[in-house]
Amino acid sequence: MDTKEKDSLLQLRNVSKIFSRGTIDEVTALEDINLDVYPEDFITIIGSNGAGKSTLLNIIAGVFPPESGGKVIINQRDVTNLSEYKHAAYVGRVWQEPKVGTAGNLTIEENLSLALLRGKPRGLRQSLNKQRYTVFLSALAPLGLGLETRLSTPVSTLSGGQRQALSLVMATISKPALLLLDEHIATLDPRTAKTVLNLSDMIVRQEKMTTIMVTHNMELALRYGNRLIMMHKGKIILDIGQQDKQALAINDLVTAFEQAAGEQLTDESILLSHR
Amino acid sequence: MPPFMIQGILTSSLSDGLIYAFVAVGVFITFRVLSFPDLTVDGSFVTGGSISAIMIAAGYNPFLATACAVFGGLACGAITGLLNTKLKLSALLAGILMMVSLYSVNLRIMSGANIPLLREITIFQSIAQFLGTSKNVFLVIGILAVLTFIVFMVLNWLLHTELGLALRASGDNEQMIRGLGSDTDKNTIVGCSLSNGLVGLSGALVAQNQGFCDVNMGIGMIVMGLAAVIIGEALLRPRGVASMLLAALVGTFVYRLFITIALRVGLAPGDLKLITAALVVVALAIPYIQKKLRHEWIPPAVKL
Repeated sequence: MDTKEKDSLLQLRNVSKIFSRGTIDEVTALEDINLDVYPEDFITIIGSNGAGKSTLLNIIAGVFPPESGGKVIINQRDVTNLSEYKHAAYVGRVWQEPKVGTAGNLTIEENLSLALLRGKPRGLRQSLNKQRYTVFLSALAPLGLGLETRLSTPVSTLSGGQRQALSLVMATISKPALLLLDEHIATLDPRTAKTVLNLSDMIVRQEKMTTIMVTHNMELALRYGNRLIMMHKGKIILDIGQQDKQALAINDLVTAFEQAAGEQLTDESILLSHR
Repeated sequence: MPPFMIQGILTSSLSDGLIYAFVAVGVFITFRVLSFPDLTVDGSFVTGGSISAIMIAAGYNPFLATACAVFGGLACGAITGLLNTKLKLSALLAGILMMVSLYSVNLRIMSGANIPLLREITIFQSIAQFLGTSKNVFLVIGILAVLTFIVFMVLNWLLHTELGLALRASGDNEQMIRGLGSDTDKNTIVGCSLSNGLVGLSGALVAQNQGFCDVNMGIGMIVMGLAAVIIGEALLRPRGVASMLLAALVGTFVYRLFITIALRVGLAPGDLKLITAALVVVALAIPYIQKKLRHEWIPPAVKL
């Protein structure tokens, strides 16, 4: 246990989150979550609506702190009460909406320059220079989307898929400790979604990024990553490692869910991904 | 129209255009760069004017007085930014509250409603003396042109630095830039300060150029700044920081040209607010009508 704690890159201890506390709308979004994420883990998180997936990512990203008593530790550093912009030094994130991860009125190179300085002080040096330019080129070229030839194009002129691919590069270019993929292909058309997902997998492997990917899709959760977590009503009900995961099929997941949650799986969006 | 009249219109539009251009550039920074509709301007303009006026009247060096006016403006903007980011007042409300409270502050600074500067040494007189001449409209245009050029170059440089790019990103996509580790609260405060510092500079120059500071001289300044920015955008269709800054300058000149002509053809000074509003409507309507005629997609009007 002790050695494991030392090795883990992200530790969540007794993390709970209650919204609208003390009103009739009170919701327990997360209930006493304990989680260790190890270097180079690629975790897929699955769960129905309201399971707490997004709340979990928001707490890791520092959008809001957990209830008192909870702890978020990244790289041995307690970041529980640091504001969101300070979490950014450790956590790169790709959101569901491509527009959220990029600044449309700025050019591709300006967006990348902003991303390159993640967690660093921003001073009075010029934001674009030759050295950064080469970094941008080598980050964009592997995508195979031709973005490297359009560095001075405003991002608003890109398609949703191109923007999401750029978001992905922006989240990883400064190599943060942790990459959060928050249903990042959910709003893309199937073909683009596949492209972006493959690019994500490629970047995660090449950069050896420790990654948490939230998805609604059981098939994807099984196909990608080395560890699968299933959440339900604010709790982690399944945490499956690589070896067990390889042998798993969607039906096993459904059965496992029903055993762990003690109820029938009724969320259509998860069941639909059966096909 | 006789040539001397045309020349008179042009020189007075040019000197006014250059002097008010700092307001337009300030408004550009809050409204366009930060997407922060800051109404502090009507108050901070007079704060700049009154600080410089009271200091010059007390015998201080006019350059020091003008520098203090800039800092006064910076402080006003910083408070507006703090109200918005730390106490979560909406940008509009924070600006309105500052505008209203600065009216009282400005009366206190001047210990009255106005300060005459006619016999005092302003920066214009000071430079005229140095050059061995007397203050005239061409000298004023020359001084302002140099000052405008310096401010233009500094802002163009600043908005291309790492800090400046973060400011621009704050106005474009706040959630993204926070997610990349930039303190958006700080960006808002820095941007509002910068903007109102420029507005304070403009107030100080106006007071020194017209020879008095009056507590009501800031009324309508925000609308004038917006009019200048919008007219400049309609004329130049700017892309990129430098051309946007240039558009604010050109917009101010064109706006002052309209105002000067309106006065020369016999309209009363009281009509100018209506003319300003009409100019804004026309400048905003023309691109819309052009798009409509080309059957282009038009985004719905913004509600706030």
